[in-house]
Amino acid sequence: MTSSFSVIPVPAPRRRNRSWAKFRHNRSAMLGAVIILFFVAVAICAPWIAGQDPLKVGFTAIRKAPSALHWFGTDELGRDLFSRMVYGARASLLAGTVSVLIALAVGVPLGLISGYFGGLLDGCISRVTEALFSIPFLILAIALAAFLGPSLTNAMIAIGVSASPLFIRLARGQVLAVRREDYVQSTRSLGASDLRIILRHVLPNIMPALIVQATIQIAVAIIAEASLSFLGLGLQPPEPSWGSMLNTGKNFMTQAPWMSILPGCAIFLVVFGFNLLGDGLRDALDPRQED
Amino acid sequence: MFRLILRRIVVAIPTLILVSMMIFSLQKILPGDPVLAMAGEERDPAVLEFLREKYRLNDPLPQQYLAWVREVAQGNLGISLRTEIPVTILIAQKLPVTIQLASMAIVFSVLIGIPLGILAAVRKGTRSEFGINLFALSGMSIPNFWLGILLIMLVSVHWRLLPASGFVPPTQDFWLSMKTSLLPAIVLATAISAYLLRHTRSAMLEALRADYIRTARAKGAPEWSVILRHALRNALMPIVTLVTILFGELLAGAVLTEQIFGIPGFGKLLVDAVFNRDYAVVQGVVLCIAVGFIALTLLADVLYILVNPRLRNA
Repeated sequence: MTSSFSVIPVPAPRRRNRSWAKFRHNRSAMLGAVIILFFVAVAICAPWIAGQDPLKVGFTAIRKAPSALHWFGTDELGRDLFSRMVYGARASLLAGTVSVLIALAVGVPLGLISGYFGGLLDGCISRVTEALFSIPFLILAIALAAFLGPSLTNAMIAIGVSASPLFIRLARGQVLAVRREDYVQSTRSLGASDLRIILRHVLPNIMPALIVQATIQIAVAIIAEASLSFLGLGLQPPEPSWGSMLNTGKNFMTQAPWMSILPGCAIFLVVFGFNLLGDGLRDALDPRQED
Repeated sequence: MFRLILRRIVVAIPTLILVSMMIFSLQKILPGDPVLAMAGEERDPAVLEFLREKYRLNDPLPQQYLAWVREVAQGNLGISLRTEIPVTILIAQKLPVTIQLASMAIVFSVLIGIPLGILAAVRKGTRSEFGINLFALSGMSIPNFWLGILLIMLVSVHWRLLPASGFVPPTQDFWLSMKTSLLPAIVLATAISAYLLRHTRSAMLEALRADYIRTARAKGAPEWSVILRHALRNALMPIVTLVTILFGELLAGAVLTEQIFGIPGFGKLLVDAVFNRDYAVVQGVVLCIAVGFIALTLLADVLYILVNPRLRNA
């Protein structure tokens, strides 16, 4: 999460150089990376940037408009909105990355097994994937989070599980394409075990597609986390999260518009950053796969 | 052709069964004993045992599942714990509202997404393509509940043009109904039109690369005819399939949009049920969405087979 550049392990060094060059000259991708790095820095350095305690209630400063003392104004309990937004970056980025990691951890092994071994196992996994796909992602996440109980951890699990069929399908399709390649066939003829072929030859080759999809999925997951928090199914109050700040903000639309405008801006910017980066990575790493 | 369609229908059956199993098992991951929750203060063992018998909680899981499926197949999705109204009736009440919103949103997004997608493909590499792409990416990145709040602030509160919330059915007052559903439909359409735009763009780029386009140009067909009659007609098929899939996306979007605009639709039903821990309603709504979605994709695939001459004659 700290760096978006170091995570581009592409097997052949020459190709990496070419991809990197292509990526570096893609201005919108670079803008995306800068936006993400900015928010990552804010999340890490939150205690030093915030200036004020995000949980400290101040009854003398309720719903104050942005000023020199409170840059982004204060909320309905007089808490400093700037500090809350700075700390809110943590929940948002954490939820985005962790839930995608969960989706990857669940989806990629299943997809690899399904695509590599085929047969009955593949049939079963594919049917389950299709069944999961028939429930829209956010609805599945809301239902799971509702049944698991409201908390940030459960929200991340719900989002991760809901996103995993996407990675099962992607990994499976990629494996099917790679499996017939000569280098996989020749490794097999040299007597390499299935596990070795999967880990050393198949996985590295499907990595670019996975990275591209994971980046875009982080954007989706951040919106999903904000949606769940907005519905009260995410990080619980008084802990700050952008989604729940918007939820309270909407009740004071006319009296304190900054309470809903600013957290939404933050969500939009981060998500926009990940989408820009994802598009750029797709152009650089995976030109075959357009949209 | 009929074999193809038949095979497609047969494939949908295991999906349907699996989905119903998943939704059934949702209530099994609930922490705590549902009987204790139902009995409330009453902790009399006899009452608990009676409730367990009544809701078949003593039966083995497969039996419970089969009993549930039997009920569902008869149109009985259980009773809302909160309002004590049958879930089926609740769904029948709320669904038309959301379908109205979703249909309006589909119309908007087709009107915005497809022309802009064509334009982006035709003007590849120009500033207008860059602008359109940026627009699409923003549409995908904007959280729809935030967009809803912003629109209410601007259009309803600041300009006082449209009502900020509520819903009027079209049978009661058609124009007022359009006015109340305009903003939510725009919010719903934003993300959908962005997806549609991007897919139209790539489908058009693909089609414009084809040999028959070169032939059409070579025979001297005017450019508009090449784009609209030759390229678009071929690019349109995957787009039509996408529209049906996006319907699921619309339902998901409706959950938050209806919450913001206070619209008594399907999405609000789900959210209220989540808030009230009304699990029968949550289960019923999710099941209804899943079945609807499976039916829609099935319909799209059958249409695809019927429309595509290569498959039609297979």
